[in-house]
Amino acid sequence: MRVFDLATTPLRELNSALHTVAPGANDTSFEVVNPRGSHSVAVGIDKPVTVEVKGSVGYYCAGMNDGGTITVHGSAGPGVAENMMSGTVVIEGDASQYAGATGRGGLLVIKGNAASRCGISMKGIDIVVHGSIGHMSAFMGQSGHLVVLGDAGDALGDSLYEAKLFVRGTVKSLGADCVQKEMKPKHLKLLAELLEKAGATDVKPEEFKRYGSARKLYNFNIDNADAY
Amino acid sequence: MSYHNPFTPPRKSATFDDYTLAEIRRAAATGIYDIRGAGTKRKVPHFDDLLFLGASISRYPLEGYREKCDTTVTLGTRFAKKPITLRTPITIAGMSFGALSGNAKEALGRGATLAGTSTTTGDGGMTDEERGHSQTLVYQYLPSRYGMNPKDLRRADAIEVVVGQGAKPGGGGMLLGQKISDRVANMRNLPKGIDQRSACRHPDWTGPDDLEIKILELREITDWEKPIYIKVGGARPYYDTALAVKAGADVVVLDGMQGGTAATQDVFIENVGMPTLACIRPAVQALQDLGMHRKVQLIVSGGIRSGADVAKALALGADAVAIGTAALVAIGDNDPKWESEYQALGTTAGAYDDWHEGKDPAGITTQDPELAKRLDPVAAGRRLANYLKVMTLEAQTIARACGKNHLHNLEPEDLCALTLEAAAMAQIPLAGTGWYPGKGGF
Repeated sequence: MRVFDLATTPLRELNSALHTVAPGANDTSFEVVNPRGSHSVAVGIDKPVTVEVKGSVGYYCAGMNDGGTITVHGSAGPGVAENMMSGTVVIEGDASQYAGATGRGGLLVIKGNAASRCGISMKGIDIVVHGSIGHMSAFMGQSGHLVVLGDAGDALGDSLYEAKLFVRGTVKSLGADCVQKEMKPKHLKLLAELLEKAGATDVKPEEFKRYGSARKLYNFNIDNADAY
Repeated sequence: MSYHNPFTPPRKSATFDDYTLAEIRRAAATGIYDIRGAGTKRKVPHFDDLLFLGASISRYPLEGYREKCDTTVTLGTRFAKKPITLRTPITIAGMSFGALSGNAKEALGRGATLAGTSTTTGDGGMTDEERGHSQTLVYQYLPSRYGMNPKDLRRADAIEVVVGQGAKPGGGGMLLGQKISDRVANMRNLPKGIDQRSACRHPDWTGPDDLEIKILELREITDWEKPIYIKVGGARPYYDTALAVKAGADVVVLDGMQGGTAATQDVFIENVGMPTLACIRPAVQALQDLGMHRKVQLIVSGGIRSGADVAKALALGADAVAIGTAALVAIGDNDPKWESEYQALGTTAGAYDDWHEGKDPAGITTQDPELAKRLDPVAAGRRLANYLKVMTLEAQTIARACGKNHLHNLEPEDLCALTLEAAAMAQIPLAGTGWYPGKGGF
């Protein structure tokens, strides 16, 4: 395992080392200590490496991750795992705004709470938040799944496309074109799988409600102008 | 004896002119605002309102065709490990696959490559054809993040963070359902046939401090190799340029209101943003105030049509220009040879701007395979290369006449203004005087 101490080592050395792991290399484990809120920790990973971050990080940790497994033993600043392609990112603490923004694949697990705009413009990523999420989450979500064990803030799923949302607690309000939908057996099965992957073993899929797009704003209509 | 009043002809209102009346009736009948492509159609002060002085006794010219007048430009010298060098300072602006057909994008790549310049992706991502046919390709990083992925970031030659564009500063985009083919839908992770909104703000940053961190992330992902551009619409060019520099840009792209769009509300295109001419000097001033002129390069776009426009933009302090609408015209947009079909669409060659409808007779702003076939990308690329070479030669001709051995040596002193408006906006003396509004004295 290679250890990078960000108190003494420039961020560039860490990310460069992550980008230059040879295909088939034996040593694919990294540890980052003293991250001290650094931005862009472990960004642009494109190989199946594992990174353990011992502390809290700033903006865009694990940005554009493609195949890596990154665990933050602390909290994460804005845009964690933004535009993730594949792989797994786990935040043991809380996450700030835009967690998983525009993510296209992979799994983002937030053990604490996530702030506003969690899953904004999500495009295929799966996000599981053990706590609650803030307002405008899943705004313009295109595809993927957002699972919330706690509560959701205002305007959940505003202008939603095809992303599927599951909330166990209360939803303060739904955004434009977002509606509660029937939980069918296939959704319960899907949710059970997501919860298991995210280590949320103490809750049952039946405790959640499902939300999705009413698809009324998919093509512009002047009579819907009040909704915009 | 009878008295007849002298005849007075019917008088139409200048305020409520025929076009305005028709637009009111159209809005009343349809209940929807007009969406169209291209940039502003209103007359605004422009490069036409500036002239070059040429050489005389006080300065001597260079011999046309004989004495060298360099046209190369290097972009991204501030931070990027791999800056890009172009043979001409005329680049191709960002236009999306989706808004344009695959053949049109290929033609732009081919033409730019032949002429030694760069082309740019758009809202919708990078296609293999575009990458393959573009020697130097700038990859746009847009609020929608349609088609954004790290693999394409790494195979781009530069990255352009799009904050705004001249046709709609502060506005997002809309690719209407009729242009969403299977391929376009797949690239954008959306169902086929629905309107695709492009957000007006980035999803994961707001403000210049965040942008600085976002740029750090993009540099770390790409190992600090790629030049990073920031594109802004012509709104507050002094502060936007200064903030782009502060955020860590290698290059600032500044797009005036004549710059085109694939589809935006007409009211937005015509009423938001500033003319290109009014944007350049404040941007250059910001760079100079920060000691970054020529260190952070400035690309100006919006209404560049000829080598004269190029030379004027450069004389005002730009390092390069970008063309969009003109490039489309060069490859065949609005060609009169399709006049009967334009008429069938209720328009005429030269006025066709319903690019969002996907019915382009020239096969450029469409995803209809039959229409798209009309554009031969090889021949169209050749036309674009010819046009770029003509513009470059024209700019060189003017620069030599001003005694300049590089286009970048053109300077504001080489210019005079024809109108008070242009004099004020470009801070260039009115012809025959040493004065422009705001300068004081006469």
